[in-house]
Amino acid sequence: MEVCLAVPGRVTKIEGEKAEVDIGGIRREASLELVSDQGVKIGDYVLIHTGYAITKLDEAEAREILKAWRDVARAELEG
Amino acid sequence: MSPAPSLKDEAVVSLFSKYRDRDLVIKIAERIAEAAGGDPLRIMHVCGTHEWAITHNGLRDLLPEGVQVVAGPGCPVCVTPGGEIDALCRLALEQGVAVTTFGDVLRVPGYKWSLAEAKASGADIRVVYGISDAIRMARQETARDFVHFAIGFETTAPTTAIEVIKGPPGNFSVFASHKLIPPAMEYLLESGAGIDGFICPGHVSTIIGADAYRDLAARYAKPMAVAGFEPLDIMLAILNIALQRKRGVAEVYNEYARAVRGPGNKVALRAMEKAFKVTDAYWRGIGMIPGSGLGLREDYIKYDTAAKYGIAASGGERMPEGCSCGEVLLGTLRPEECPLFGRGCNPEQPVGPCMVSIEGTCAIAFKYSDLKLRSRRP
Repeated sequence: MEVCLAVPGRVTKIEGEKAEVDIGGIRREASLELVSDQGVKIGDYVLIHTGYAITKLDEAEAREILKAWRDVARAELEG
Repeated sequence: MSPAPSLKDEAVVSLFSKYRDRDLVIKIAERIAEAAGGDPLRIMHVCGTHEWAITHNGLRDLLPEGVQVVAGPGCPVCVTPGGEIDALCRLALEQGVAVTTFGDVLRVPGYKWSLAEAKASGADIRVVYGISDAIRMARQETARDFVHFAIGFETTAPTTAIEVIKGPPGNFSVFASHKLIPPAMEYLLESGAGIDGFICPGHVSTIIGADAYRDLAARYAKPMAVAGFEPLDIMLAILNIALQRKRGVAEVYNEYARAVRGPGNKVALRAMEKAFKVTDAYWRGIGMIPGSGLGLREDYIKYDTAAKYGIAASGGERMPEGCSCGEVLLGTLRPEECPLFGRGCNPEQPVGPCMVSIEGTCAIAFKYSDLKLRSRRP
């Protein structure tokens, strides 16, 4: 119900511009209209805001940032 | 551009647990201390969810002496003019229209009423999850006029834009109170608020893109980092800003690349451009910020509540007596420093807007004031 929040959800079904998404075990409908050029498929994670997917989450980038954190920690230990 | 690979279930579980690794957070705090070199570093964020994450995880207690993270005007509900709330209460009470809006808007005090008070007096005020719910209601109840109070930054504005472009029913209109973040950042930089760098808002940036801040970073020579909402996201953004300053550069680092791309969400930006024109806008507690608002374009004027019902633009804004929300929104006063904090102003009986929304800096401070992470370094 809050205006500024966005939550990640997994796409479980797609029908046209509507998707069913699993948000921590709760299924709800989300519009894919704002991500129509991001090639969203079943199984993808998207950020959902007020009922609309606003971006697809990118696994390669999610792993990249973990590596960045580990590098920071390693530099500290070595430094 | 080829579609990015997707996150799979087990990957997400393991990824997110690593995003909260406590030992890593503490190591990064030590790196921040090195990078800051003992000089004061004042970083502002402009996002209610960042404030929640920082306070909820007790990150301020982990930061070295002199490194400060302050909350700016990152709560859309908090900066919505009281006059707009009054105007919508009047519309619902006197003309019998149904007003739909987001849950945390309901209790925000206008000058005369809040929408919750209007509802208690018999007005038809309905909480919706998003604008599409409001349009569905309007389609079902054709004998009634519906007004959607559209609040929110660039994250929410595209949802309003796309629905207006699709053509809602004739008994539906939008009171567009959307606001834009980069002009507010520029206003704060111009006002000499003593900000050394910005943590740029994660969800807003999924729409406008990390590139949207490059001009500001360069012109004002302020390092910036777009950050996600996990403790490590925020700590790494702070470290990056500290390192940029140390190296004498002012760039935009995209720490939240798993959700934010450089150019942003082109579909959403195109919809906003088509539906809205940029206007000047009042920010409650702050004042008029040039080019920081969005109004419906002439093509969509029949869906514009202000035009349909002849509501004048909100004039000068003021806060309730004794309320310090204005200073809290500018980051010059911590909520605990307001004389009303916890003494006559609390989330049950809020005096100012920052105590109402769960994104409000005062409401967050109140909720977590006794739950700080007990891990301050010796």
